[in-house]
Amino acid sequence: MQALPAAPSPEPRRQLLLGASLASAAIGMLVGGMLAVWVLQRTRAHDLGQSWLPSDVTIPEVPANVMLIAFLPLCIFAQWGVWAGRRNDRGHALLALGLTGLIALMIVNAQAFVYHEMGLVVAEGAYAGMFYAVTGTYVALLLAGVIFTIIVAFRQFGGRTDGELLVAHAVFWYAMTAAFAALWYVVYVLK
Amino acid sequence: MTSTESSPDAGPESGADSGPDVDTGIDDETGEPGGRPFAFLVHWMTSTDSKVVGRLFIAGGVLGLLATITINIILGVERVDGDTAILDSDAWSQLIDAQRLGLVFGTALPLVTGLCIALVPIQLGARALAFPRLAALGFWLWFGGVVVAGVSLARNGGTLGLDADMVDLYIASLGLMALGGLAAATSIATTVLTTRAPGMTMRRVPFFSWSALVYALCLLLMLPVLVGTVVYLFVDHRNTREAFGGNVGILEWAGWIFTQPTTFVFAIPVFGLFAELLPVAFGKRLTSRGVVYSGLTLVAVSALAAVTQVGAFNLPWAGGGFTVDDADDLERKVRDGIPWAFFNFLPVLGVLILFGAGLALAKPAKADSDSGSGKSRVNISAAMVFVFLGAEMIFVAMIASMLHAIDDLGLQGTVFEEGVIVGVVYGIALGAMGGALHWSPKLTGRVIAAGKAAPLALLGGAGAVLASVPYMIAGFLDQPGLHQAGGLYENSDLLIWNILTLIGHGLMALAVLGFVGLVLRTSTPDPDDPDHVVPPNPWNSQTLEWITTSPAPADNFDDVPVVESAEPVLDLETASTSAGSTSATSTNKGGV
Repeated sequence: MQALPAAPSPEPRRQLLLGASLASAAIGMLVGGMLAVWVLQRTRAHDLGQSWLPSDVTIPEVPANVMLIAFLPLCIFAQWGVWAGRRNDRGHALLALGLTGLIALMIVNAQAFVYHEMGLVVAEGAYAGMFYAVTGTYVALLLAGVIFTIIVAFRQFGGRTDGELLVAHAVFWYAMTAAFAALWYVVYVLK
Repeated sequence: MTSTESSPDAGPESGADSGPDVDTGIDDETGEPGGRPFAFLVHWMTSTDSKVVGRLFIAGGVLGLLATITINIILGVERVDGDTAILDSDAWSQLIDAQRLGLVFGTALPLVTGLCIALVPIQLGARALAFPRLAALGFWLWFGGVVVAGVSLARNGGTLGLDADMVDLYIASLGLMALGGLAAATSIATTVLTTRAPGMTMRRVPFFSWSALVYALCLLLMLPVLVGTVVYLFVDHRNTREAFGGNVGILEWAGWIFTQPTTFVFAIPVFGLFAELLPVAFGKRLTSRGVVYSGLTLVAVSALAAVTQVGAFNLPWAGGGFTVDDADDLERKVRDGIPWAFFNFLPVLGVLILFGAGLALAKPAKADSDSGSGKSRVNISAAMVFVFLGAEMIFVAMIASMLHAIDDLGLQGTVFEEGVIVGVVYGIALGAMGGALHWSPKLTGRVIAAGKAAPLALLGGAGAVLASVPYMIAGFLDQPGLHQAGGLYENSDLLIWNILTLIGHGLMALAVLGFVGLVLRTSTPDPDDPDHVVPPNPWNSQTLEWITTSPAPADNFDDVPVVESAEPVLDLETASTSAGSTSATSTNKGGV
């Protein structure tokens, strides 16, 4: 068969950005779904006249608030990476990525501190299991994000300055911030 | 998720670039393994070629389908036997779980996902799948989940299992399979949105690829919710069992993935395939493409909406539902009926739009009918028979699902439910077999003879109807479902429907086995004609995948073409004709 006129092999159009956006949507559905089940179970417990939060458990609000606030600089640093990447400023891009990863690890540490302060045993009741499930899932997502940041940083370090990858990286962290804001409100504020 | 993802198989395949002395065991032209020991196995296990990953999914789905049919036959024999139990109660509960899991995660998901992964890049004129390693990871996660589920069920796990550790394992397997589906869906959706050939706008995307996009987006919205629920269930079951009630909670909270309307989402690519084959069958351009896109999307959106609003899915008219007492009663019924109609009619409407498009194409062109020349060629291929029967079966199941939601019909908890899901999944299986048949030249480099495949389509269609419709009838006669009294019954009038269902499963098994045998036999080179070359476009199809060689090379196209309409192959033929060239279509006449 006669071939159609050949065209230059097309570059994928914003593939990484779109992939990160789809992954972000999936994260939104994951955390949103878990929080919806949380609210449902909490409402059911209240309807039955039961206490949802065990009476001997106190949620340390300061580290929870610090976690939320920490997402602000995290997003700024991620965006700084995008800004530096657009100017082919590898040094600043690496610094921004390093700070992004560091803050993410600090948030993981803050979550561990919350666990320690609450002293909640996972087998203690419905609340305990669900608390560890929803916050633990989020910590797993945070660690995945840290790995993503490390990969992006290694690529920058290796001289592969890929602006789109930095944008995709920032989009991921924006989605994580939105997800944590919802989690913070439902789990730490509404309790 | 790195930019290197866009060049698949940078490992073994590209190893040939290192120089002639490097023997990778992989053929440079086709990307297929050569004669080195284990090269074949290693190639299939590590490849990120979309055609390989897709075929792995399809092969897994076919094995899952055969296993599920076997389970259905065992359950069918048990129920034909009536009130005496052949199986002990433990095995019975595991078989029920295996049936449900096999239908959705063992059959529907891998068959449909495999077709999408294998064909979407070629249809779009892309050299590779987006994030091919993610798609390969998706397969292995899904496969791992199936293995773990099998181990769990074999050792007294599942939703009704008595071994707590094995129940945990069963819950974990659901998460693994969902993560596998998510990974594959991300790859499929990104491929459609970012790797289209130059000139291929979204309005020129082939219908199957469009349906693959809609399907993948639905999975991306649906499966994370399942994963989150599974995490809750796992932690709760492992520790307190207070929040979700232990084993009982698994079906209560995660059971929606095994029921309608969720299963309709898996059927969307079958409808896309049906729309894809319509212009091929009638040899015309489908002008109202926007309507078909809308129909496909309508099925997805309304099914997804219904999944999120299960509470409004049913008509809560328990008692006196079909009579109106007073104005208040009428108002209440209308208020309940609107969401029911919305969630149940819209998917049906989407399918009706597709069938309408088919009827519009079947109508002879005015010039042809006036002259009586009958120029409109109708070429109903074996693939079309498979896909049409599959789509019809799913459509029947959609109508049945609508009835199931009416409380006053008393169908909930009866075998009617099993009839519906079997109808949907067997319909999907028929559609997937049609897809494999249609695209076999691109996947295997062979053409499966229509004369041999068409009888199998009819056999499979008869099997699907018999395996599902008699249970729908038995549901109206109040035969309890599997979870009620183990599906056993005392009314001897029900026996005939159970026998017919058993025959249906048997016919379906024969059709699938026959199809697998035909594919394997066709894939083997003919000793009388070992160098037989299949033409690029044996079916006179219109979409881009038919301009590349059969089978498609490892990177799909020698030159990525520029697309100027939704039917690039027809454009090429028109251009060739107007240029006075007769060579352009000569290779198109070699159909079987």
